[in-house]
Amino acid sequence: MATLADGPDALTGGKETPAPEAVVVRFAGDSGDGMQLTGGQFTLSTALSGNDLATFPDFPAEIRAPQGTLFGVSAFQINFGSTEIDTAGDQPDVLVAMNPAALKTNVGALKIGGLIIADSGEFNKRNLEKAKYEVNPLEDGSLEKWQLLAFDISALTLEAVKPFGLGNKEALRCKNMWTLGLALWMFDRDRQPLVDWLNAKFKKSPVLAEANIAALNAGHAYGETAELAGPLKQYHIAPVESEPGLYRTVTGAEAISLGLVAGAQLADLPMFFGGYPITPASAILHNLARLKEFGVTTFQAEDEIAAIASAIGASYAGQLGVTSSSGPGIALKGEAMGLAIMTELPLVIVNSQRGGPSTGLPTKTEQSDLYQAIYGRNGDAPMPVIAARSPSDCFECAIEACRIAVEYMTPVMLLTDGYIGNAAEPWKVPDPESFKPFPAKFLSEKNGPNGELLPFARDEKGARPWIKAGTPGLMHRIGGIEKNPGTGNIDYSPSSHQTMTDARKAKVDGVANGTPAQEVTLGETTGKLAVVGWGSTYGPIHQAVRRARRKGLSVSQIHVRHVWPLPTNLGELLKGYDKILVPEMNTGQFKTVLRDQYLVDAQPLNKTSGQPFTIAEIEAAIEAALA
Amino acid sequence: MNDMTPIEKFQTTIKDWETDQEVRWCPGCGDYAILKAVQRVLPEIGADPSKTVFVSGIGCSSRFPYYVESYGFHTIHGRAPAFATGIKLANPELDVWLVTGDGDGMSIGGNHTMHILRRNVNTQILLFNNEIYGLTKGQYSPTSREGTNSPTSPLGSVDRPALPCAFALGSGARFIARAYDVSKDLGSVLKAAHAHQGAAFVEIFQNCIVYNKDRFDDFTAKGVADQNQLWVKDGEPMLFGSVKSGGVKGITLDMDTLSLKVVDVAAKEDGTPDWQAAGVIVHNVKNRAIAHMLVEMPFGPFPMALGVIYDDPRPTYESTALAQDEQARAGKEANLAKLLGKGQTWTVGNTAADPI
Repeated sequence: MATLADGPDALTGGKETPAPEAVVVRFAGDSGDGMQLTGGQFTLSTALSGNDLATFPDFPAEIRAPQGTLFGVSAFQINFGSTEIDTAGDQPDVLVAMNPAALKTNVGALKIGGLIIADSGEFNKRNLEKAKYEVNPLEDGSLEKWQLLAFDISALTLEAVKPFGLGNKEALRCKNMWTLGLALWMFDRDRQPLVDWLNAKFKKSPVLAEANIAALNAGHAYGETAELAGPLKQYHIAPVESEPGLYRTVTGAEAISLGLVAGAQLADLPMFFGGYPITPASAILHNLARLKEFGVTTFQAEDEIAAIASAIGASYAGQLGVTSSSGPGIALKGEAMGLAIMTELPLVIVNSQRGGPSTGLPTKTEQSDLYQAIYGRNGDAPMPVIAARSPSDCFECAIEACRIAVEYMTPVMLLTDGYIGNAAEPWKVPDPESFKPFPAKFLSEKNGPNGELLPFARDEKGARPWIKAGTPGLMHRIGGIEKNPGTGNIDYSPSSHQTMTDARKAKVDGVANGTPAQEVTLGETTGKLAVVGWGSTYGPIHQAVRRARRKGLSVSQIHVRHVWPLPTNLGELLKGYDKILVPEMNTGQFKTVLRDQYLVDAQPLNKTSGQPFTIAEIEAAIEAALA
Repeated sequence: MNDMTPIEKFQTTIKDWETDQEVRWCPGCGDYAILKAVQRVLPEIGADPSKTVFVSGIGCSSRFPYYVESYGFHTIHGRAPAFATGIKLANPELDVWLVTGDGDGMSIGGNHTMHILRRNVNTQILLFNNEIYGLTKGQYSPTSREGTNSPTSPLGSVDRPALPCAFALGSGARFIARAYDVSKDLGSVLKAAHAHQGAAFVEIFQNCIVYNKDRFDDFTAKGVADQNQLWVKDGEPMLFGSVKSGGVKGITLDMDTLSLKVVDVAAKEDGTPDWQAAGVIVHNVKNRAIAHMLVEMPFGPFPMALGVIYDDPRPTYESTALAQDEQARAGKEANLAKLLGKGQTWTVGNTAADPI
């Protein structure tokens, strides 16, 4: 793939490839500089121009970390291009650094020969000290292996917004729009959607709208007219070839929210969402709180336990109970999950995983809650677990979680992570009609052979009937104590506990009979190496396997959505490969599950830095495995 | 039920509220009397078993739902208020009774007790206070008096006990009542709690026959009850005792110290107590300040305040929340296809080079 970093020639027709297929741009600045917003808007304009893309927002846990500090740097990376894009890109081709700290923390990732655009106005003594630079890196030649464009964005912005009479602080806040204007020029993007967006955003304060638009235009004009042509050239990235249809960008958190709404509709149920604020899961609660017209009730509970407890209460009263959290909150919900398993009530639990243990890395990504999801409860407490692989995949996974919960009368955990939750990608807007409904059935009269009520009788799936509290004549008691297999009355007898434990396990195992067989995502169904993944590692694995296959290596990708119970054919499928490699952002949890379930020699490839895998890391592991 | 809908009378008898399950409390446990009182009250208030839900946490008291022929949910330790809140939001028509204990409601579930009260979810919350952990075999509880000997406090407990009614008032409760298991007036307190629209908090002193036997004898035993129980009634003077038991007494408000005081009340010529002369105050269930004083009266120098201590309803959580939801839905169409295609979208045509 030709990229900017192949040198300016690659982009100006000097080489055979006239334009790059994909470019990775990273915007980095102080957490108060509006980098996430700049990135978000750049993403939108990129999507509108028809490129495929993937993004990676990476920001500190502190809301307003002290200005100019190394730990206060907020970054947003976008990979876009005219080919299929599955990751946010390994190494940026372009780094926009709004201050010395942003340069220091990000320049190491930049491709050799890549382009640095720096705001020289911020490289003053104070900021250099905060970033622990002894000498100004823009002047000491230390950036020689990259191309450097440094100009005083702060001053240029102040000049551009001068006519609007803003205070110095407010005027400087337009810097991100100036930078965005320059970026839009670099990649030949239309400014109009941004202008519309700014006008809408600052509807109440037209001066701010105009100032920001002026900054945007000034940045764009700077690119167009600056005499310092050098590496700053305009690049047109051709639109990606994609299926015809209506598209939008979507983040994982948005797609989960929409999928839950769709799932509740397909189940013909009102949805009750009990949540408690936690990073990075809160966005789902925020989104759903604005979707009341879809029969959604949201409840901000006093804690994580109350959030799940209220959702179980709502399920007991006949709604689709949903709760969401991240690792620490999921840990608190564990006992209540056991109750939902014991009372066999439908419930969807979304876990937006983050780095752990304990508080860990609240804003960074990890996949280390897999054991917690599959095994993390007291007693034999089986629960289906689904993992989404990308932002848009969250939509279908959320629907699938609702389906299993309702059809099998069980809590279901849906795993996503901080990376998927915040990252955006283009999404072909699905037709709601294309999903098969799974309407919930409520018991309306007594179901026993002798006219008695049997709340724990089972259907062919092993599911008990859903009896909505308030149904005339079907009064019964449920609880967390072991129960009689039919009546549900308290029953501690040995045979009863054996029967019920077996029934709960059989029911959850049986979920696999209703899910599609595991497919090989890329490559042959047998071969030398299978790279088996789950969740958000999909993108880098996919690209790495693709590259390795181009080199002629015998490698296939198997990406698992239903991580518990596992697809019925997975064991057989894995036996068709000589080697199995399991890349995970944890210390090897899925690898252990696979070894346990199939006695296969699954080998781990682990990363726990809070950052997603790069394609190169996985590619190297593939080559090593096949060497 | 909604704030405004009148309660529909449903015809049942006490038998209709008994389940076929064997009651498994210890013989002589105060819980039996409370169960009977509840089963007696349910027909009287015209409750419909299909619309009634008993929700509980964990502990002796929390076995209660298994013995009432209605919907019942025996949940997890301390969390019953959160389950009840979800149930009420999902279906406000359900009449929810919450049964908890001093360990369940004041210790592990104190947080949830606070929040159901401050939100004012329309439920009846019955807190059985036996001042001990019964089901786990007799450890001291958050309401145990200082010096309680127990397996976990062999030298006597040193923590100060929590006052459930004071906690409830502090949490914003709009209904506070107190009674005890074998009291003949428990039924009327339960009825008042049920009539109150909102979270109604009832502390019921309950005799744990095995681990804390006769703990409340100093105000419930025959012979001392009359001098040690102050049953408050809205609009009536706060009087207790009798000539026969050692004199009529009353509660006054000392205006210098702004605190309650016990005074002797002389009889008028016709033999009725001259409470006006003694300055005895009249109970007003809407007086929150006096309610605070009543629930905090130290027992000994003062009698135990019982009955409906505070009752001043305000809109329930679920009625307000669901009305707001309705408002948010008004005039909006639940069109999923439109929702999915919201925001800035673009259309891709048949060829990559030809984006529309």
